[in-house]
Parts: sequence; C-alpha cells; structure tokens
Amino acid sequence: MSTESRLRIVWLYPDLLSTYGDRGNLLILARRAHLRGLTVEPSEVRSDQPVPVEADIYLLGGGEDGPQALAAQRLIADGGLRKAVERRAVVFAVCAGYQLMGASFFAKGQRCTGLELLDLSSDRGPSRAVGELAGEVDPDLGLPTLTGFENHGGRTHLGPDVRPLARVSVGVGNDGQTEGAWSGTVLGTYSHGPALSRNPALADLLLRWATGRQTLEPLDDTWSDRLRGERLTAVKGTT
Amino acid sequence: MRVTTHRPFRARLATSVSRGAAALSRATGRGDGSVIGGRLGLIIDPDLLAHLAAGREIALVSGTNGKTTTTRLTAAALGVRGPVATNSYGANMPTGHTSALAKAGETPYAVLEVDEHYLPQVLAATGPRVIALLNLSRDQLDRAKEVAMMAQLWRDALRDKPVHLVANADDPMVVFAAAESTNVTWVAAGQRWHDDSWVCPECGGAIVRADDGVDADWRCTTCNLRRPAPQWRLDGEAVVGPDGNRYPVHLQLPGRVNRANAATALAVAARFGVAPADALPRLAEVASVAGRYAQVQRDGRAIRLLLAKNPAGWLEAFDMADQAPTLLSINARDPDGLDTSWLFDVDFAPLRGRPVLITGDRAFDLAVRLEVNEVPFRHVPTFAAALAAVPPGRLEVIANYTAFQDIRAELDRVN
Repeated sequence: MSTESRLRIVWLYPDLLSTYGDRGNLLILARRAHLRGLTVEPSEVRSDQPVPVEADIYLLGGGEDGPQALAAQRLIADGGLRKAVERRAVVFAVCAGYQLMGASFFAKGQRCTGLELLDLSSDRGPSRAVGELAGEVDPDLGLPTLTGFENHGGRTHLGPDVRPLARVSVGVGNDGQTEGAWSGTVLGTYSHGPALSRNPALADLLLRWATGRQTLEPLDDTWSDRLRGERLTAVKGTT
Repeated sequence: MRVTTHRPFRARLATSVSRGAAALSRATGRGDGSVIGGRLGLIIDPDLLAHLAAGREIALVSGTNGKTTTTRLTAAALGVRGPVATNSYGANMPTGHTSALAKAGETPYAVLEVDEHYLPQVLAATGPRVIALLNLSRDQLDRAKEVAMMAQLWRDALRDKPVHLVANADDPMVVFAAAESTNVTWVAAGQRWHDDSWVCPECGGAIVRADDGVDADWRCTTCNLRRPAPQWRLDGEAVVGPDGNRYPVHLQLPGRVNRANAATALAVAARFGVAPADALPRLAEVASVAGRYAQVQRDGRAIRLLLAKNPAGWLEAFDMADQAPTLLSINARDPDGLDTSWLFDVDFAPLRGRPVLITGDRAFDLAVRLEVNEVPFRHVPTFAAALAAVPPGRLEVIANYTAFQDIRAELDRVN
C-alpha cells in the first residue's frame, strides 16, 4: 500500500503475457482510480526489465505455452513479485498468468515450476475450455456474479490455503466446479483478457485492497451493467 | 494461350456437378455459390482442386489482413496477360478454390486468396508459381492459431518448395516464415500493428524498430533475424520498383495499406511478366472489393463501408476513414470469433473528435471499451437509426465481418 497518494499499477511482461486485450485491466483500473481522485502511475514492465518491488497493484495477462514458461522462469529468477506480495501488494492474474501463480503448470508438454504465490497447481484438461464463463463469487468478497470469457487447456487444482474465487455456473474455470482462486491480496481467474470490463466491482475490490479504503465512491457503470446483463442473460439456460 | 488439360473422368464429372450446384445455389438465392459447388465436387473427386489447378499458372495470396483486396488487385494486374480465374467472393478455403476454378473453366492464370491456416494444403494441391505473404497478426483468437505458430506452419510448408515468394519485409513474422526460402521478392508493405511482433519468433529475443513508422527498419537484438532490404517500396503516392523507377499509383481504394497491397500486386504480376506501367491502369479500375470500400448514396448520406476484422485491421481502417461521422458495428458470431477481448487491443483514440455511433450484437462490449478510451459515442439500435442520426454528407461505417455483411445486406448487397 502506498504511503503517498499515488497508486502504482504495474502490468508485468506485456511482451510475453498479452494475448486477449489484457491491457484492458490496466486501463480500467487506472481510470476507476483516477475518477476517485487518485493519482495513478501506470507502467509496463517487460520481461527483460527488473520487477519493481514498490508498486501497489501487479497485473499478469494470458499467453501461449512458450511465453508462459519463459515468464515463469524470469519472474522466479527476478524475485521482485514475491517480495511485493510479502509486503501485501495486490496481484491480479488471468489465465496463463493465473496458472503461473501456483506451484506448477503444464506448458509445451512439460511440468513447469510456478511462483508458489497461490496454493494451487495446474495440469492439462481433456479438452480446451472455450466460451462464456460465469459463477457466484465467494460471499466473503461481496461481489456480484462473475462473468467472463475463458480460453484455456489447463485444469487447476486448489490447495487448502486458497479459496475459490467463484462457483462455476457456466463454463469450466478450474475444473467445472470452481473458478479462480484468492488468498490475501492475490487473486487469479480464468476469465481472460479484459476481465474487469464485465466486472467493475472486482476492479473496485482490487482498488480497495490496494488503497486500504473501506469504500470507494460509486461510478456511473451504466454501460458495464448493460454488458453484464446482456452476457448473463445470453448464457442463461446453457448450463 | 490455349490450355489443354486431360482431366480424369471423375474430375470432369466433379467439375460439372460443382458448377451445376454453384449455379443452383445462386439461382435459388441460397448463396453466391462460392462454397457449395466446391464442397460437392471435392466429395466426388478429393483431388479435384489439384486436377483443376493443373495447366494453370497460379498465384496464391495469404495473410491475416488484405487478402481479398490484394487478390483482386493481383487478378486485375494479371488480366493484362489473359483470362484469370479467382475466388473473388473471399471464399478462401479449398472448397472456395475448387468452385472458383471449376466455374472459370480453362484459364491460363489463377489468383487465389488463401486462408492462412490452409496455405500448406493449397500450396500442395495447386503448385503455385508465386505466393504473396502479406502479414500475420492476432485474429479470432478463440480458435485461430497463435501468431508465432502460424508463422512456423508457413515456414515448414514453404521449406524447399520451388515457389517464388513475394513477402512483406516489414512484418517480422512473415520474414521468419520466408527465412528458409531462397526465392523471395521483398516488399515494404508496412506494419502499423506491432503488438504481435515484439518477440522474435526465431529466438525469443526482443525486436527493436528504428522508429514508430509503418515501414521502419527492425531487427532482433539477439539473433540474425532482421528486415531484409525491400525491392519494392512506397514513396508517398507512388510505388518504387526494383528498377528504381517511381510508379504513381492512383487507386479508388483508400489508405496507405491499399497502396501497399497494390505494390504487392505489382510485384506478383512482375513475376508473370507484367510491367507495372501496364498493370497500373487495371488497378485503378478496382472501386470496391466484395462491398469493402463501397460507397453508397442513401437518404442524402454518402456511406462508405470499411471492413475491420481484428486489431491490425481496425488501425488501418482509422487511417483510411475521413474525419466524418463514423458508425462502428460489432458482432461476435461464429465467423467473427465469439470473443470480444480484442476490443481492448485497439486504441480507438484516433476517433476522438469525430461523431461516433455504435451498433451491432456486441455494441455494449464496444461501449465499455470506448468509455475507458475516452471516446464519446452514441448507441443506436439499428443501421437505419444510425442513418437518421447523422446529418447529410459522409458517413464512414467500420464493421467486423458479420456486422459488415448485415449492413451490406441493408444496402442491397452492394459490391
């Protein structure tokens, strides 16, 4: 959490983990913070640059096997993200970025070591999960229904030290039952790409975690709400 | 030039059935006949495409963006030499190629647009003389192969083949795909969208560019992959050929990207012995391509249709469009890809200052994107409502695939 009034948001490794509009989460967080009067300092850190330890929110996006394995190697070697998490920085990781927060994942037919920042591990599923994803979020997070789009071949097994982000009602998520995971201020999801565009309340949760504020002034979310309503209606009856 | 081919009986039967089905499809209004005929023909004779290709000199055109337009321009240029068979409706898989060749009858030349996934298969079936490789970028990622995998697929297919390549020197993915080919003509066809080629497909190193320009020099920082010296390039409104001559290009099609497509068409045509000076008047005759760039007058509005199917295509569309009221329409049906995440890969900022209207099945996805992008907009339920909402004068329409087809249908399937 920053002692100054500026909020530092780092998008990690856009050169490796940026496949499906992942930049959207950075843009959405920055805008929602800015509208609350916060001074936002967004930055992008490439995989050949050191991970800054002092940022408030770290974002990780999706990617294919090769880049995912390389990202994990470089993040482990760098060590900065682990230090940031130890000082309770917020991490929001989607898809491939989510998998590499765990102990291990499969890429290019091999088991790869992850960052062990979430108690989970991932392997290959019987088929690729592609399509709409929805589920009721862990009541402790106080968020409305999660809605998103997933596209991944992995299945993720949660350990006792994490809680599922949501119970799946549409789609696959971790394993057809649960979707995503969270522990402390680290949160991951298979809702890929600009996941926060459909889930502004989740964006605000990350901002509250990062700023320590109990509440944030409400914003006009007319278009996000219409989008949510449309997507949740579209998937009704597909379960 | 008289082409004599002796096709097996099965191929002749298949050709005849294919043509009949295509005619039936058109006559009954069920389609334009560009796929069904080929599908039936290939059932009767699985080698029909190879049989139909035999005896023709063929150019293939592939890439993520600009295939249909470049195919049209190339076919126009080759028309200088004689009749050209081509799949002008954008039916770019083997069924479409089969239909196009069957329908055309015997022609000395063929120019075929090829879906990038099918390039290896169509290369094997048709034995082309030249392949134009335009560009590779993210497109319909919920089902398409990742960009680097596609480049590798091309490279494997092209290795040791006797075909001549006309390839885009400005796209690192294309250069990688052509790197093991010996016969290559390089065209500085440009790359406005850089976000799929920051990482070297050869070694994983970082790719650096001299500047932000669309035809900037580039190189990998860790291996030898670098921009080859182009033989063809753009210079303002002109194409400069390998002879150093400057050929002014006057196209009806808008934008720098279409001048680049023209340069590629000229380079391909040159391999068939067509001089640029002879080809250029033919290129200038092309006014629209399957509705793309078509201009329609309706209720005092001068509507122009631009198709943009992926982030790279949207950047090109913004470059082509006039400073005028602009309607954006987005769907996410099967042909479009079901995933709208790519909207956040596009920077819509160039539209600031233009009146922007949005519509389509997935207008709300676009609305959220534009709000974050700080581009003011107005949502309209239909194309008719959009027309009513703008003053007489120019209306630019930029739409993705099925949204484009929907609007084209409202404009009486303008070509």
